[in-house]
Amino acid sequence: MLQEVLQYFFSGVTNGAIYAVIALGFTMLFGTTGLINFAQGEFVMLGALGLITLWKGLDLPLWLAFVLSTAGVAATGLLLERLAIRTVRKPHPIVLVIITIGASILLKGIAMLAWGKDARSAPPFSRHPPLEVAGATLLSQSIWIIVIVVLVVLALQAFYRKSLTGKAMQACAINQKAALLIGIPSERMTLLAFALSAGMGGIGGILVAPVTMSSYDMGMLLGLKGFCAAMLGGLGSSWGAVLGGMLLGILEALGVGLFSSSLKDAIAFFLLLGILYLRPSGILGEKAVHRF
Amino acid sequence: MLRIRNLKCYYGKIRAINGVSLSVRTGEIIALIGANGAGKSTLLLTISGLLQDWEGEILFQRESLRGLKAPAMVERGISLVPEGRLLFPPMSVLDNLKLGAYRRSLRREHAAVEQDLEEVLNLFPILRERARQQAGTLSGGEQQMLAIGRALMARPRLLLLDEPSMGLAPFLVRLILDVLVQLKGQGMTLLLVEQNARAALQIADRGYVLENGKVVLEGNGCDLLADQDVKRAYLGKDYREFCEGRS
Repeated sequence: MLQEVLQYFFSGVTNGAIYAVIALGFTMLFGTTGLINFAQGEFVMLGALGLITLWKGLDLPLWLAFVLSTAGVAATGLLLERLAIRTVRKPHPIVLVIITIGASILLKGIAMLAWGKDARSAPPFSRHPPLEVAGATLLSQSIWIIVIVVLVVLALQAFYRKSLTGKAMQACAINQKAALLIGIPSERMTLLAFALSAGMGGIGGILVAPVTMSSYDMGMLLGLKGFCAAMLGGLGSSWGAVLGGMLLGILEALGVGLFSSSLKDAIAFFLLLGILYLRPSGILGEKAVHRF
Repeated sequence: MLRIRNLKCYYGKIRAINGVSLSVRTGEIIALIGANGAGKSTLLLTISGLLQDWEGEILFQRESLRGLKAPAMVERGISLVPEGRLLFPPMSVLDNLKLGAYRRSLRREHAAVEQDLEEVLNLFPILRERARQQAGTLSGGEQQMLAIGRALMARPRLLLLDEPSMGLAPFLVRLILDVLVQLKGQGMTLLLVEQNARAALQIADRGYVLENGKVVLEGNGCDLLADQDVKRAYLGKDYREFCEGRS
């Protein structure tokens, strides 16, 4: 039984790490702009399909395909901000959310035209034998996922704590008016937040490509789960996103293993409803939550 | 240094400033006094680039400020210490100060920024003691010092201050005003908005009284302190003796 639970735990941590990186994209953008981007899931899809095309289709080295795919998705996020979000004259949150939903539909349509409706897969990043821990196995791709997510989180923390731009982004997140008054151009910070957040989604997609089938319509569910993870941990909190992602992944895996696999997707939404009802600011969230 | 002609500012369809003209010369302290809603803060927000909906003319060092946003104003040497301070509470005192020099850091003026940081910490020694502390944990007076220090880190030519004495104990008000006089002594130009008219006029070279978005009176600090209308409306008692003592 213990061995079984440990196996579910490993599986949960692997999926949780992916949810965490998607949630980081949500939380990063929300922290800087106060906006929830419902096209985030499509960035995950673009990351996955981009990697498969560049790595397996064009035979580029994995690292190059990783970098180009992430950069491409980040550039897509940047275009979304410049062409859709910034053009809104009166940026009421509801209007912006609807724009991101529209962008999600558009990106999904473009992906369907570009890649077709067939699902594609990618092999694991390496062919190392699985690691055995107390009778449970940890696949090499799981180790890749966990290591890359930890590196991404550490890089993000270093960016926020050490770099001038990271601190300026934080300042914008805390008080945009105050940031403007000391000369921080909030428009540029918003643009950067969109690019970084989309890049995070892209990395989520790249990581998930070898463990699932990738297709043009994969983004919606992964995006929603990333959103659940971000809400669970507390929107705006980076560590909250990681905690929420891990919690969601582990509870999902335990639910599937110990109860029924048909519960897999329902668990995320039960958790979302629960957190919205009991603690709308999430586990580590500090900001007051308000309706608009 | 700053010349404003026939300025009208709008919040949507509401006109908050109704044809204000004033001038600020290099090295002066100018006080803007008036009741709540007179348009004092609106004027500062407009000069600092946060409010864009205005008509008329604002010239800073003979250049029009039309169409410029807040970061561009900072670049030109105009910094605002806003009402309510608007610090970054979760960040350390040091980070707040360093962010004040954001644009200079982008220009890689690192040595000059470090030197100015030292000067600000010398000006407000309590901030040196609190350097690693979160800004949100400071007392009101310390937060006001930090807000002024952060604005100084941009090395402004014109420092705008919106109600710097608000909510502070009298000895802290005195301390802040002394610092402002000290800054004037170093050649800085200051435009000060205050409801505490007495405190503002005591240190001002000249003052303007605003009512309903218009300048209704202007003159040097002592004249305004002695003016019967000003006394009745904003001072509440006779300060002629103070002025006589000062002269």
